[in-house]
Amino acid sequence: MNLDFAQIVPYIPFMLKGIWTTLQFVFVAIILGSILGTVLALFKIGSIKSLRWFAEGYTSVFRGTPLILQLMIIYYSVPQLTGYDINPFMSAVLAFGLNSSAYISEIIRAGIQAVDKGQLEAAQALGISYGDMMKDIILPQALKNILPALMNEFITLTKESAIVSTIGYLDLMRRAQVVGSDLFRNFEPLLFVGFLYWCMVMVLTVIGRMLERRLKLSD
Amino acid sequence: MIKVQKLYKKFGENLVLNDISATIQQGEVVSIIGPSGSGKSTFLRCMNLLETPTSGTILINDVDLTAKGANINKSRQQIGMVFQHFHLFPHLTVLENLTYAPVKAKGLKRPEANQKAIELLKRVGLSDKAAAYPASLSGGQKQRVAIARALAMEPALLLFDEPTSALDPEMVKEVLDVMKDLAKSGMTMVVVTHEMGFAREVADRVIFLDHGSLVEEGPPASFFANPKTERARGFLEKVL
Repeated sequence: MNLDFAQIVPYIPFMLKGIWTTLQFVFVAIILGSILGTVLALFKIGSIKSLRWFAEGYTSVFRGTPLILQLMIIYYSVPQLTGYDINPFMSAVLAFGLNSSAYISEIIRAGIQAVDKGQLEAAQALGISYGDMMKDIILPQALKNILPALMNEFITLTKESAIVSTIGYLDLMRRAQVVGSDLFRNFEPLLFVGFLYWCMVMVLTVIGRMLERRLKLSD
Repeated sequence: MIKVQKLYKKFGENLVLNDISATIQQGEVVSIIGPSGSGKSTFLRCMNLLETPTSGTILINDVDLTAKGANINKSRQQIGMVFQHFHLFPHLTVLENLTYAPVKAKGLKRPEANQKAIELLKRVGLSDKAAAYPASLSGGQKQRVAIARALAMEPALLLFDEPTSALDPEMVKEVLDVMKDLAKSGMTMVVVTHEMGFAREVADRVIFLDHGSLVEEGPPASFFANPKTERARGFLEKVL
C-alpha cells in the first residue's frame, strides 16, 4: 500500500476553504431554486393556462437535459450571445438554481395537492384571500409532508455541485484535483474531500431531522 | 336576509339542484333535510359559493353573490360555515384557529382577537384548550372549536353541513347543545342535518329536498306530524 496522508497536510487549509466556496453557491442556488420552484408550483396548480404551460415546459426542459450541459451552456453561451463575461460563480448559481427549481416545483406541487381539500374550503368560507390561504394555511401543511423529499433534493444538489469543477470554479472537488496534480498523488486528496462532502451532507441531514421534529409539534 | 331564486346546479350532465327558490329571515333557524344525494349539501354550499351555481341568484342582505365582480371574500366573511369533518387548521393551535381569520381578513388587532377568541371558547366550554392543537381534541371538541371559529368572524348567518354526522354518538349532544344555545341567542342558521330531533325541536322551519327539488317546507310541528307530500311521508317513515 502506497498511502501517505502526511503529504496532504500542508494542503489541508487550501482544501478546507473549498467547503466555503462550495457552500456559498449551493446556498444561493437552494434559495433561488426554492423561490422559483414555489412560484412554478403555484403556476402548475393555478387556473391560468398560459402560466401552467410555461411551468410544465420549463420543468420538462430542465429535467430532460443533463445538468452539466445546462451549466456549460450558461457558462459558454452567455458571453458568446451577450458579450457579458459571466463568472463561474454566477453560472453555477444559475444552472443549479434553475435546474433544481424544476425538481422542487414538482415536489411542492405534489405536497400542495396532498393537503386535504377541506382546508382550502375552510379558508375560503372564512373569506381568506387566495394569497393568504396559500401562505398561511396550505403551504405550511404541504411543507411538513414534503420536507423529507426537499431535504433529499438539497442533499443531491450539494453533492452534484462537484460538477462545477468542470468550469474552473475552485470548489471542493476542483481543489482536490489541484492538490492531486501538485503532489502527483490523487487518492489522498480525493478521499479527504470525499470525507468533507459526507460531513456536509450529514449536517444537512441533522438539520432536516430537527426541522421535521419541530413541524411535528402539532401532531 | 337570504333570498335564493331559481337556483340550478349541474355537475356535468347531472342536475343536482333543480329550480330552488327559498327565503330565510333574520334570526330564523332552518333545517334542510332529505335523503342522501338529494342535493342538501350542494344547496348549502351554494349559499357561500363553495359551489358555483349553474344559474340563479343568491342575495344575502340584498347583495347578489352571483353577480359578476361581486366581492366573494367580503360576503363570505359574513357567512360562517361549519363542516361535517371540521376542517380545523391542524398546524395552528385552537386559539390561533379562532384568531386567524379575524386578524387576516377583518384586520382585527391581535389582543382584541385573542380576547374575543377566549370568550368564544368559554361559550363552547373549551377555555382550557386554547393552547392545544386540534389533533389532541375529540371529535365533539373539534366541532365545537369549528363553531367558535366561525363565530369569531361575527357572521350574520351560520351554515352547518351535517355537523354531527362524523361524530361518535356520545359526542353528538355536546355539539347540538352548543347549536341550540346559538339558536336561542337569535343567530340565523341553516342546518343540513340527519338529526330529526334537532330539526323538530330547534328549527323554525324545515325544508325537504328530494332529487334536487324543493318538495315541501313548513314549520316542523306540522311537517313531522302531517307531511303534505307523498315523498316527504315516505322519507319520514324511513327515518323516524
